[in-house]
Amino acid sequence: MVPLNWYIALSAAVFCIGVAGVLSRRNIIIIFLSIELILNSVNILLVAYSHFLNSMRGQVFVFFIMAVAAAEAAIGLAIIIALYRNKETVLTDEINLMKW
Amino acid sequence: MLLQTGFIYFATVIVVCALMVITRKNPVHSVLFMLPLFFHVAGIFIMLNAEFVAAVQVLVYAGAIMVLFLFVVMLLNIQKERVRPRVGLKWTFTAPLGLTLFGFLVAILVRSQYNGTQGSFTIEAVKQIGNSQAIGQVLYTDFLFPFEVASVILLVAMVGAIVLAKKRLD
Repeated sequence: MVPLNWYIALSAAVFCIGVAGVLSRRNIIIIFLSIELILNSVNILLVAYSHFLNSMRGQVFVFFIMAVAAAEAAIGLAIIIALYRNKETVLTDEINLMKW
Repeated sequence: MLLQTGFIYFATVIVVCALMVITRKNPVHSVLFMLPLFFHVAGIFIMLNAEFVAAVQVLVYAGAIMVLFLFVVMLLNIQKERVRPRVGLKWTFTAPLGLTLFGFLVAILVRSQYNGTQGSFTIEAVKQIGNSQAIGQVLYTDFLFPFEVASVILLVAMVGAIVLAKKRLD
């Protein structure tokens, strides 16, 4: 039997790696991947609690998170394509049109 | 003992792949490192008796979202990151920040109480009716309205992606 604390530690580790990726990288695609990492860490935690509380609600919430993640990936990548068409870059520090 | 070993294997692969994702220079490598990560997260779900979620994880994440990412990465011709520094903030700043956040999260979550009311879906009860039926019983009764809202979100995403990514036809 794996204790709940191990799952908490794994989820926290993946979450923090995602946060560090969002903060430090300049490529907007990697930033999106880091957001997917963060969502996955939350999924792990939800399923773990759902298992240890004998409840199905955590797993149902994972489905909603997956739906939102899919929608976010589709919209985000469309924005990236539109951005690349206009600015010829995917690096966040070169997208400074609104910074005056 | 077997379960612990399996967990340590899955967790190690997940963390190493996550670190590779945020440190690789080439975005294609980052996206490809995401794939084993998703499969091992599915393995963690199977260890937690959530087979249906694991299957959906592989189908949706590894099957759909990763293909979308790969398409976009290969559609855009990105060579600039090779010559210029690839991080905005310095690793010397963000790595200690991430480690501190990790310490905080573990300290808080491990000490927090999780002995709330136990639900009725014990392992034996779920074994009787099957994991997907147990999820369906909750999803289509208690969560019927959120389920419908999720379908609207997906519709909005579909329309929005087409509108954003299509070329202007003048």
